[in-house]
Amino acid sequence: MKTSSAFRPSTWIPLLLLGLLAIVPTVASGFDQPYWTAFFARILIYAVAASALNLALGYGGLVSFGHALFLGIGAYAVGLCAFHGIGSGWLHLLVAVAAAAAAALVIGAISLRTSGMAFIMITLAFAQMGYFLLVSLKHYGGDDGLSVGSTSRFGPFDLGSTSAVYYAAWLVLVAILWSMARVRVAPFGMALRGARQNVKRVDAIGLQAHHVRLVAFVLSGMACAVAGVLLANLNAFVSPSTLAWTVSGELIVMVVLGGIGTVFGPFLGALLFFVLEEVLKGFTEHWMAVFGPVVVLVALFGRRGIAGWLEALNRKRPSPGPPDIVAPGRA
Amino acid sequence: MAALQTENLVRRYGALLVTDNVSLDIRSGELHALIGPNGAGKTTLINQLSGELRSNAGRIHFDGQEITSAPVHQRARSGLLRSYQITSIFEEFTVLENAALAAVGTSLNAWRFWRPMLDDSRARAAAEEAVEVAGLTAFAETVAGELAYGQRRQLELAMTLAAKPKFLLLDEPMAGMSAKESAAVTELLRGLKRRYTILLVEHDMDAVFALADRISVLVYGRVIFTGTADEIRAHPEVRAVYLGEETD
Repeated sequence: MKTSSAFRPSTWIPLLLLGLLAIVPTVASGFDQPYWTAFFARILIYAVAASALNLALGYGGLVSFGHALFLGIGAYAVGLCAFHGIGSGWLHLLVAVAAAAAAALVIGAISLRTSGMAFIMITLAFAQMGYFLLVSLKHYGGDDGLSVGSTSRFGPFDLGSTSAVYYAAWLVLVAILWSMARVRVAPFGMALRGARQNVKRVDAIGLQAHHVRLVAFVLSGMACAVAGVLLANLNAFVSPSTLAWTVSGELIVMVVLGGIGTVFGPFLGALLFFVLEEVLKGFTEHWMAVFGPVVVLVALFGRRGIAGWLEALNRKRPSPGPPDIVAPGRA
Repeated sequence: MAALQTENLVRRYGALLVTDNVSLDIRSGELHALIGPNGAGKTTLINQLSGELRSNAGRIHFDGQEITSAPVHQRARSGLLRSYQITSIFEEFTVLENAALAAVGTSLNAWRFWRPMLDDSRARAAAEEAVEVAGLTAFAETVAGELAYGQRRQLELAMTLAAKPKFLLLDEPMAGMSAKESAAVTELLRGLKRRYTILLVEHDMDAVFALADRISVLVYGRVIFTGTADEIRAHPEVRAVYLGEETD
């Protein structure tokens, strides 16, 4: 079962893409196109953020419309530390993850008392509070933002160059995808996904759905902050626009586009999001007019996004080795 | 010895008294049936016992502990498990995963992030056994959302059993089943009898009379009589209000 699952299109296609992404900086410098590295680094970073959101949104069914806040917390952890002359990457990471955990704990504890539309609105409200707080901090640049004077240094490894950020982001993405695959079928992931389907039953079998969701929300925020740390280093600049509510929306779009609740979906979604944006921008400045309908179509017809289509390929081709019991598609 | 005991349990909805000073005494190892006409408050009482509904007054003791205000998950972990009248399963998980998650709830906990749930030998063994007892072994790898109605009811029961309960609160396990399916579940429950203490809410009178050691009759939230099957059949008030027969 384990050996044959690696040969399924829904697994090997994303893994192949990940492998190809590993050589982007080499290829880019070979062709003397440094822009490619920066472009794909952005994709990797947003793929990390979208995967982090997927823990809450996809596995947990918690529609957080405020995850840009955690991205912003991570970015500003670097920005503010650098502003005060702290260059240690470990400290940046610690501040980012600790601050995001504290924020997520408070926001989660409050917003998880609600559900549905109220949950969406409360998470959005908290993210907006963070946004306007940073806009009001004129000392740190206000809405003009803040340039990052010293990038994160991890011993001899400095995230000062684009390719350094790129490789770091690639490793973080691989780590988070691996974790998401493990967590998905571990007791925690099963309880979390169970709570999305039937919260009452999760309690009735002796698991605390509320605590499981809260922990998922906090972990999700922490992982998102790591993406923020990478983003601040990539841009060498932080501004409140990282926390804009549109960013929260884009993260949701990436998750939905790629396949909500799947392991590789958010990665595929981020990839498609930026590549499509880049391609469409080449044709017309009104690229959103094309991009919007694409998202709507995927949301309407592909319930599991790109990952869902890849899973459909699994079923068409007879799988090698012992026949897996594959669930027939539900109407 | 009493396994589960309630003292003057009360539940009100506004002015409506849905559970009216219910005192039950369910002995360890017995199969106790709760019958009553529609709207008598049977499911409300089950919800109070399982902890999903707060009681306005009265006390509940389980296994020597007072659990009147204990939350649902805590009661479940102490061995008081319920099944639902309206099937309540995890539609996207396979039959085995459903049962294994139920087993994880009481034998492990949710704070395991890395090792696959089905690799845990204890949870897996409990799940496989429960699935087998419920007669679903052939469907272990089937996604629950694709099961037929009767199978969903069997899974409902399997999940309750996988949790290794001491006490089963079964809320109409035969609801909506065909006569043949009901008979199969009656046999299944006969097998469970004595292994667990059971409070069975059921409309199927054949099943109740075939299985129950004692029967309590609930009418308008009050227990009007508790006795054996023969006593119930002979009791004039019970016949009048529940079995639908006119008394002279």
